[in-house]
Amino acid sequence: MNWINAIAQGLLLGGLYALFACGLSLLFGVVGIINLAHGDLAVLGGYVAVAILPSVHTNALWALLFVPPIFGAFGYVSQRTLLQRSLENGPLTTLLVTFGLSVVLQNALLEGFSADSHSLSIGKLATQALRINSQLSISYLRLGILVVAVVVLAGVQLLLARTSVGRQIRAVADDNEAAAISGVNTRHITGIATGIAFVTVAIAGLANGMYSQFTPTSGSSLLLFAFEAVIIGGLGSLWGTLAGGCVLGLAGTIGAQIDSTMGTLIPHLVFLAVLAVRPSGFFPARAPA
Amino acid sequence: MSTQPESAATPLLVAEGLTVLHGQLAALRDVSISVNAGEIFAVVGANGAGKSTLLRTLAGLHRPASGVVRVDGVDITHQPTDQRVRQGVVLVPEGRRLFPSMTIEENLLVGAANGRRGEWNVERVYDLFSWMRDRRREKTSHLSGGEQQVVAIGRALVANPRVLLLDEISLGLAPVIVQRIYQTLPSIAGGDMAVLVVEQDVTQAMRVAARFQCLLEGRTTLAGRPQDHTTEEIEAAYFGFGTGLGSAVAS
Repeated sequence: MNWINAIAQGLLLGGLYALFACGLSLLFGVVGIINLAHGDLAVLGGYVAVAILPSVHTNALWALLFVPPIFGAFGYVSQRTLLQRSLENGPLTTLLVTFGLSVVLQNALLEGFSADSHSLSIGKLATQALRINSQLSISYLRLGILVVAVVVLAGVQLLLARTSVGRQIRAVADDNEAAAISGVNTRHITGIATGIAFVTVAIAGLANGMYSQFTPTSGSSLLLFAFEAVIIGGLGSLWGTLAGGCVLGLAGTIGAQIDSTMGTLIPHLVFLAVLAVRPSGFFPARAPA
Repeated sequence: MSTQPESAATPLLVAEGLTVLHGQLAALRDVSISVNAGEIFAVVGANGAGKSTLLRTLAGLHRPASGVVRVDGVDITHQPTDQRVRQGVVLVPEGRRLFPSMTIEENLLVGAANGRRGEWNVERVYDLFSWMRDRRREKTSHLSGGEQQVVAIGRALVANPRVLLLDEISLGLAPVIVQRIYQTLPSIAGGDMAVLVVEQDVTQAMRVAARFQCLLEGRTTLAGRPQDHTTEEIEAAYFGFGTGLGSAVAS
């Protein structure tokens, strides 16, 4: 592993982090929910694929066709039932509710799938790589995840910026009551926003399952990286989230290059450093409230 | 209770016996109001008289403890705010409440997205306020108070209201700006649209309104046509002295 390779792998890993962080950023920036069950939902996405895939296809890429839509509907329904009610009780309640959801999900998955690790098989693609030279080769899977992350972030950004639904989502985020008097069905729109966030969570969960193994409890560490990517990038800024993910990824691989035991520690230190120096992140979308 | 000088006109917006509670406090007590199509109607009153509560109740932001709100005969008392917009009841709220992260055009597009279809659209708002067209890509948080107020009115207009509720549109604006906004009201209200104006600034409201109603401590103290009442009568109803009406409310 040389330096160029470390940088390339770090950026690629950043794609996965950014993909995770996208849904978290969206849900916090738009709906105002700090979703502590985010990582567990991603893991759940992986298990939904594990459960359904055998009857569909052997290649886990097919899961991308059905898991994200299921999660979209799931997101909409959970917003309209559970999350909306907790939101009306204030931010502390949503924290507790999503924390509770996290515990419930972890234990339900332990019950249903045991503590054994699973992974999603994508056949030969998992091991194939683009060989640039003897020092540097880029895994198609990692490259694919980065591309998917960019496409998802760009798609969400475009949707928010250019479509009528996107404008209504931003209107609700700006001022819920003003949106209502402008005719926006705020609960429906918030449900759609949550649905979109859940779709991105599902994609992230599947990507994670193809990239590495997962267990019912691996959600917590995923949540941590997603949080850090969002904070480093700046709350509410989707491109900032991508940058935040890449910073974390780079910190991990470069840290491992310096000392192989530091790979997991350095990203968190970088996060703390950013939090100390620039608490609103690099690209805050709006003034911190 | 409101009198009906033009008996031929059919009331478009009718509220009967509205009582609204803010916790233990009654913000409105048994207030009735009736506004005709094509009419500019003013609700005046001092701070805390319940004017904004009345408008917010009509828009669906407060639930009345008792009373009925009807538009064109349809009971909308239990409809949420966004459904009332589709019925044609649109509020321009106190403090303008634009979407600060969005441009002028985006604010208008949000207003148009769920409104009724009709003669008003974003282009027509630009025709009426031509400065807006050139600055449509500007964030509304960068606009002056008067400009924001006009955009807020535009955002309501593109929903093609049948009843336009204007809450304190003069608040915090220079008198000359207020005058200019009020001058455009008749051209907006022309046709079948009913405009319900809430104002602390009585003179301004009386100048444009065909009929008015004065609130004091949540009750109607005077109603009628501006020309039928002397300034003293209106002042007495506004502040609650002289006529004994105010002391009756206070007791």
